[in-house]
Amino acid sequence: MSAHNHDHGHDAHEHHHKDTFITKYIFSIDHKMISKQYLITGIIMGIIGVGMSMLFRMQLAWPEESFKIFSFFLGERMAPGGVMNNETYLALVTIHGTIMVFFVLTAGLSGTFSNLLIPLQIGARDMASGFLNMVSYWLFFLSSVVMVISLFVESGPASAGWTIYPPLSALPQAMSGSGTGMTLWLVSMAIFIASSLLGSLNYIVTVINLRTKGMSMTRLPLTVWAFFITAIIGVISFPVLLSAALMLIMDRSFGTSFFLSDIYIAGEVLHYQGGSPVLFEHLFWFLGHPEVYIVLLPALGITSEIIATNSRKPIFGYRAMIMSIIAIAFLSTIVWGHHMFISGMNPFLGSVFTFTTLLIAIPSAVKAFNYITTLWKGNLQLNPAMLFSIGLVSTFITGGLTGIILGDSTLDINVHDTYFVVAHFHLVMGISALYGMFAGIYHWFPRMFGRMLNKNLGYVHFWVTAVCAYGVFFPMHFIGMAGLPRRYYTNTNFPLFDDLQNVNVIITTFALVGGAFQLVFLWNFFHSIFYGKKSVQNPWKSNTLEWTAPVEHMHGNWPGDLPEVHRWPYDYSKPGHDDDFVPQNVPMKPGEEVLHH
Amino acid sequence: MTTFLILTVVVLLAVALWQLTKIFDLTQVGGGNVNDTQIANDNDNKVNGYLMFAFLGFIYLTTILCLLNYSDLPLIGDAASEHGPQVDNLMVISLVLIFIVQTITQALLHYFAFKYRGRQGQKALYFADNNKLEFIWSIIPAIVLAGLILYGLYAWTNIMFVDEKDEQDAIVIELYAQQFKWEARYAGADNVLGKANVRYIEGVNNLGVDLSDPNAQDDFTAPELHIPKGKRVVFKMRSQDVLHSAYMPHFRAQMNCVPGMVTSFSFVPTMTTAEMREKPAMIAKVSNINAIRAKKSEKLVADGQTALDPYTFDYLLLCNKICGASHYNMQMKIVVDTPEEYAAWLKENSAKTIVQAVKTAAEEAKASETPAATSKDTSSTAGKDTTVVAQAEPKH
Repeated sequence: MSAHNHDHGHDAHEHHHKDTFITKYIFSIDHKMISKQYLITGIIMGIIGVGMSMLFRMQLAWPEESFKIFSFFLGERMAPGGVMNNETYLALVTIHGTIMVFFVLTAGLSGTFSNLLIPLQIGARDMASGFLNMVSYWLFFLSSVVMVISLFVESGPASAGWTIYPPLSALPQAMSGSGTGMTLWLVSMAIFIASSLLGSLNYIVTVINLRTKGMSMTRLPLTVWAFFITAIIGVISFPVLLSAALMLIMDRSFGTSFFLSDIYIAGEVLHYQGGSPVLFEHLFWFLGHPEVYIVLLPALGITSEIIATNSRKPIFGYRAMIMSIIAIAFLSTIVWGHHMFISGMNPFLGSVFTFTTLLIAIPSAVKAFNYITTLWKGNLQLNPAMLFSIGLVSTFITGGLTGIILGDSTLDINVHDTYFVVAHFHLVMGISALYGMFAGIYHWFPRMFGRMLNKNLGYVHFWVTAVCAYGVFFPMHFIGMAGLPRRYYTNTNFPLFDDLQNVNVIITTFALVGGAFQLVFLWNFFHSIFYGKKSVQNPWKSNTLEWTAPVEHMHGNWPGDLPEVHRWPYDYSKPGHDDDFVPQNVPMKPGEEVLHH
Repeated sequence: MTTFLILTVVVLLAVALWQLTKIFDLTQVGGGNVNDTQIANDNDNKVNGYLMFAFLGFIYLTTILCLLNYSDLPLIGDAASEHGPQVDNLMVISLVLIFIVQTITQALLHYFAFKYRGRQGQKALYFADNNKLEFIWSIIPAIVLAGLILYGLYAWTNIMFVDEKDEQDAIVIELYAQQFKWEARYAGADNVLGKANVRYIEGVNNLGVDLSDPNAQDDFTAPELHIPKGKRVVFKMRSQDVLHSAYMPHFRAQMNCVPGMVTSFSFVPTMTTAEMREKPAMIAKVSNINAIRAKKSEKLVADGQTALDPYTFDYLLLCNKICGASHYNMQMKIVVDTPEEYAAWLKENSAKTIVQAVKTAAEEAKASETPAATSKDTSSTAGKDTTVVAQAEPKH
């Protein structure tokens, strides 16, 4: 964008500086550029994370074969002669989990869309602090770099599972991945958490302080509500993980005993005394469970917005949606113990956590039913973004329902840490959040790049992904209920599980096809940035403020005054209006009534 | 073979992709409003609306196929412990409930997506909220969940909080975990385990039993777990290095082993190994597995390798918490005996106490030390094998 746009700025952004390549594309403080930086970094990390899952799925389906592709990607050291070794397998699942949960679905999803949409949808010129926003992105970038570097250290990357339970993660004697690789993992996560906290604080302050005239909290789009509450959960829970990580670093490097006690390993007794790994589990899951919602709520917010816009209908139960976001956020901080029913903690706590956990099903059910009701008697515009949103509701229901089993301590005894868990959380948070991210990209791509994504490629992308996602994770429930533990490099040592092998082959086939078809998306994405059809200002005929800003990006978002808000964001197909949408900045007609509450 | 398969998949993928794009392209023609704005038009809505409906069929089909082909896999029914049927009951209730809700909600979601697909000129209904509806779908899940929670908590309390009286007549066995093997320590005649700590680990006393503890004098260890049918067994679990999880799926039992603390789980086995082998479902499962193994063996033999042994069922204790490189192969056989068989087994094994083994080892060491004072390291070998990071199984 050129300098002339600055002439129209009416606030702090008025200063006349010339954008150089570096200030515009690299150390930018413009939220729109930062959001693109988050997205592209997230996509690159996503390619690494998904790629890893393809490799270990091949290992699980054909454990007795050797693949040249293994040594091609992993090198001769980790996969000698095309045979993946057992530590490499654990390294792959660990880094896959870490990258997907934190780098793709936390930073990539929340970072991208909170940054893009909060200022644009509340009618602000930028984030409260553009500088902190920039620092936040570059810390995220740095943590990604450290994580990627950790893949190349001699002793291998962290391999103790993404939950890095000590003592396994604390003792290099316990596995080689717990050496330098683990140190880098912890350093990377510490930087990541700093980035996430700066980002979250910025989002919270921006939403509270910078809403434009008329934008009361009950006129906020549900996207902004979701990002806002997500940021609050992040600020509450991420510091706890940071402290756990720091204590683990102390145990590893400075001889403290926070998490370690009575250990005999490698032929000697270690000095640790009095600590408890169970403490680490508590601290980890105090973040770990809210993290599920840090990942999921933004996706649900995006879905709410897209389903309403493309149904040409108000979202059903706006206030109930807000209440359920808040209820989910609150409950999410008091359910972490359901990951620990059989950790050795007092079984009475198990009862308490079963109770709080199953309560979450109520606001979740409300959300699901509200989405379905929003579709009812709509005029559905089945754009790729809409398909991914409907897909999200579908996987959210399928995956959420099995939570009723896992949240029940009695049933968890036998399915804990089996593939049943893997199937459950991949559907309810992995696939659902990924669908939310895709939906967001298809919907706001024109807003980000001023061009349209190719819809036919989008349709192909969605339908193949949808079929493959169910193909992968639906049968997986059954091998979990058969008792197959997760994180087994191969189950050939258990004749008991021999009859699960053909299921594994089916799962892997779906995974490979689904993974390959993400290339369609990547091509569409990168090609359309440069060659896509030019977008009009409001392609989806949406009500929210971001579509009232000019297609060309500019500092300060709007030339001239900030838009003023006169109504809630969901006046779609409102009786008394000719168009089936009424943007938020359109004043109420004389005598027009508010038809929602 | 695999290369061929992969190639086929790649080719099929390419063809499918080409076909799909072509189908979507064709739908653009003659749709009335030909446009290249990349925004869904009536034709897109129609095609994708129908696909939504078809997708509902796909979900149902996947469910039915999975139920038909895999319904014998889940561990439901034939539980080998007293509390097992309770767990299975709750599981069945939950699964049926989930199945019903899933069937209905997916039908509504996808049917609406199909039914209300956009058409030009059609206007959506402005329907922003309805307190009654929202109340209904908050209260119904609440009631259903209340039922599940109550049943769940009742079962959980039964399983985890055992009456003191029951616990008193129970057999106490320690499950000792280390990278990457299990050991069982029996409490001997006094039914009280001697004190133990990793700091006592030395030589053959690889569980770190306090040899001076009077209760430890009759403790003995076994590499395979024997328990009698019909008697409560209390497992006291310890780990010497990292977290492990003692998972006994057929007994619906699992508990983590945590270094620095003793965890416990108890159950009453209700079916001997022999009885379990005779269950019709188990016979079917084992013969299926053996058919699979026979097929695999044919291939192995053709490649000049040894055939796989046929499989007979045994209860297993698995490690179910990631514990290092060879986590995937940390297992111990569990044998449920009749009380008589168990008594015989005890008689045979209880004489080999830990105290006795330590004494014998010391004497042997002394005897070999006198002629040549070089074999100093014999006493420290016991712990050593745990340090060796197991290598990947050789592949063919």
